[in-house]
Amino acid sequence: MQQQRVIVVGGGLAGLAACVRIAEAGIPVDLFSMVPVKRSHSVCAQGGINACNDVARQQGYSEYQHFDETIYGGDYLADQGPVLEMANFAPKVIDLLDRMGVPFNRTSEGQRDLRLFGGSLFKRTHFSGATTGQQLLYALDEQTRRYEASGLVKKYEFWEFLWPVIEGEINGLEGDGRCVGIVAQDMRTMQVRAFRGAAVIMATGGCGLVFGKSTNSIICTGGAASRCYQAGAWYGNGEMIQVHPTAIPGADKCRLMSESARGEGGRVWVPRKKGDNRIPKDIPESERWYFLEERYPKYGNLVPRDIATREIFDVCVNDGMGVNGQNQVYLDLTHKDPEYLTRKLGGIMEIYEKFAGEDPRYTPMRIFPAVHYSMGGLWTQYTPGNYAPAQPHGEHKPGMPVPVDTQPGRGMALGAPNNMMTNIPGLYAFGEVNFAYHGATRLGANALLSCIFDGLYCGVSVANYVTQGDPADRPIDRVDQALFDRVVQQEQDKANRLLETADGIAPGDDANPYLIGKEMGEEMEAACTVVKTEARLVKCLDKIAELRDRYARARLPDAAAWTNQSLSYSRAVGDMLVMAEMIARCSLLREESRGSHYRTDFPDRDDTRFLKTTVAQFDSGARGVEQHRVSYRDVRTSLVKPRARTYGKVEGEESQKPRGKPQPAHAGS
Amino acid sequence: MIATQESTKASTVRIRVKRCDGPGKASYWQAFDVPREPGANIISCLQWIAAHPVTVEGLKTTPVVWDSGCLEEVCGACTMVINGKVRQSCSALIENIAPNAGDVVSLEPMSKFPVIRDLWVDRTRMFEALKRVKAWVPIDGTYNLGAGPKESPEQQATRYTLSTCMSCGCCLEACPQYLLEEDPKKWPTSFIGAAAMNQARLFNEHETGKQLKKDRLDVLMGPGGQSDCGNSQNCVKVCPKEIPLDESWAAIGRSVTIHAITSWLRR
Repeated sequence: MQQQRVIVVGGGLAGLAACVRIAEAGIPVDLFSMVPVKRSHSVCAQGGINACNDVARQQGYSEYQHFDETIYGGDYLADQGPVLEMANFAPKVIDLLDRMGVPFNRTSEGQRDLRLFGGSLFKRTHFSGATTGQQLLYALDEQTRRYEASGLVKKYEFWEFLWPVIEGEINGLEGDGRCVGIVAQDMRTMQVRAFRGAAVIMATGGCGLVFGKSTNSIICTGGAASRCYQAGAWYGNGEMIQVHPTAIPGADKCRLMSESARGEGGRVWVPRKKGDNRIPKDIPESERWYFLEERYPKYGNLVPRDIATREIFDVCVNDGMGVNGQNQVYLDLTHKDPEYLTRKLGGIMEIYEKFAGEDPRYTPMRIFPAVHYSMGGLWTQYTPGNYAPAQPHGEHKPGMPVPVDTQPGRGMALGAPNNMMTNIPGLYAFGEVNFAYHGATRLGANALLSCIFDGLYCGVSVANYVTQGDPADRPIDRVDQALFDRVVQQEQDKANRLLETADGIAPGDDANPYLIGKEMGEEMEAACTVVKTEARLVKCLDKIAELRDRYARARLPDAAAWTNQSLSYSRAVGDMLVMAEMIARCSLLREESRGSHYRTDFPDRDDTRFLKTTVAQFDSGARGVEQHRVSYRDVRTSLVKPRARTYGKVEGEESQKPRGKPQPAHAGS
Repeated sequence: MIATQESTKASTVRIRVKRCDGPGKASYWQAFDVPREPGANIISCLQWIAAHPVTVEGLKTTPVVWDSGCLEEVCGACTMVINGKVRQSCSALIENIAPNAGDVVSLEPMSKFPVIRDLWVDRTRMFEALKRVKAWVPIDGTYNLGAGPKESPEQQATRYTLSTCMSCGCCLEACPQYLLEEDPKKWPTSFIGAAAMNQARLFNEHETGKQLKKDRLDVLMGPGGQSDCGNSQNCVKVCPKEIPLDESWAAIGRSVTIHAITSWLRR
């Protein structure tokens, strides 16, 4: 029997960590990516990666507190077991990356340096300048290249995932179907072909482009996830989209200004007086409104992202207090030593200088929120670990005894084949493309962690599935070739239908896929991000229905049979519209506010009705919005009891009074 | 072709693109007038052209093909030759490179790599070169074996800078000794160039990475290695990340010399 291979789609942190782990187990991997993997979107991550560490530990911090913070930050929407496992495993991730040669910033003694990040009062974020994601990706890229050189990993770069190949019936969790491979297209030669895989790992990241301009890379369309969804994979918590508070708006995208800017002391403010157009350095301290510090004296500028975003939005859009009357606030680092800023934040200082034309060491940055991350994603399962308290615990405070140790398997069983497997056997989802860890809001510097954790920890699950699970009994190489040929034909037909329309775009043509994509982005950003209401979401769904109608008549501007980017983009627009409609529908149906999902018509969290995972199932037999069948599943909250998520907000009159700086972040000091 | 005052209004910028339909096909130029908008860069102009693919002559054409990714100069994908200078197109802001009415921007693919289509080139050779110099730390595997080696802040700062190389290829485009080579079989003996050389230095400077130092220096001592560098120092001038490639060449040169002597003595 031929040795069974694993397919990994996506070469960011999650995909590469999975490659390395699975290749290490001796199983050959085929790695697919639309870009050379070294250029994956993970490079854009700036601030750092969270893990409990020796210093924080002696101040009363623990892996358990990291877990508690992540659950609280996510407003209790994440199943708790996998999050506990991730927090417990985090220090091992840092050690491994350290061994791989990641140039983490160092203290004078040569230890790994740490910084503050949102949602925590402890320094528990490891970093490499302000391009941490780039540095981590490079380390995993190098280790993958090592396996590529030895022949265990075969790369298919500039190949686009088109569709999963599924044998048998998928019927929720009931069917007998399984994923046995993929169909992909070479973006240069346009060849469409099938690949067999005993398991397929989707590690394709987020869907920022559904919202038009976001902080995401140009490749983050969510197309791959949408295709899996349309093929029968469930989608969890689609409505949970993170809008990052601090980005620089641009003509092509919004560029992130890392939360580490605030972690290193950056302060957010606007002039106290509306219409005060003086240059920032002429505005005295007493005439500046540090609204985050006033409203959240405990966390100050380091409240979680959804909260900071809503406050900035409120100050600019509702109060009209934005700098120069525009939608922008100051993010100010000018009180810090310029040399210190270069050392700790060089990467983002450079980006701001290049794109905004001002030096943030001397002039406060002007920023505004932008779509950044999808907490929702392909729905995944797991096997719970062996930690099962009789009653869920209350809030964990610094220095309290930790209720459970950090042995592997406490929160999620190590090596269980179904860890991060979708409802389709053999089809896994790792990293941002799954829904598992971040609930309703992701804490800063937890994304890099969840991606690498998935690859390393759940990579073992994939290896076990392949060697001991279903593919061991029913080898993939015995699956009828006709099945693969059928899916290739389906995708070839889809491509041909689009190519046949290509006769050049006439000006003003409303079936222009580029304009359809642009209008979708604008509509989704306006209706489905910071503030949502029933009326606006209903209007949004109408607009998407209109766009889907227009898309059905879409005409391509290019008929080329060689390197046709218009085909790739236009095909993705169709899949993005499906994703957009699902996100809007899930937003409409969740009649509460939780984490990043804020409904002004339902401003409170409603645990009775909605402490539940939204599960969307695609019904290809239905039409329009009815294609998205939405149901709810209970969240597993057996470890920590849900509590109100306030971050110590000071309400009303109180918050208008000038206050001192927030408390120092060390519990022990 | 220089745009005349009449044909270019202040509200638009003219973008000239050197196009090519595929390998072996002849190149040709097309020009587009793109509306100026605040914060516009080459990417947003090419996006506009994709949605409005009509040349200045009114000819319906195809969207321009180009490579891009992060759009914040950290992935290296969107490198091209802009007004004769190699750089990333995302950070090429129109207000900086073509501030005045009548200014023209010309876009060409890099010349040291085979063109796939239009502005998109195949940089596979760069990634193959990383295999050639074993640009990795030979760790014992992913099991939990504790922390890596300690490091001084100075050493970290040096390695971090070297490690920001995004394999964009600017240094190779600007190098007089690095030439277009379409035959992959010749890559192992063709000039390796600054990018991969710099990675060899990066890993030679890591406590565990230096275990492969000898292998790396063997390669850099061989055909297409360090001695092929003509010392024009063009590489360091065009590096968008300001990596001190001249220092890396010097450091590798010293290492190669010592390696050559000790290898000879051991014979």
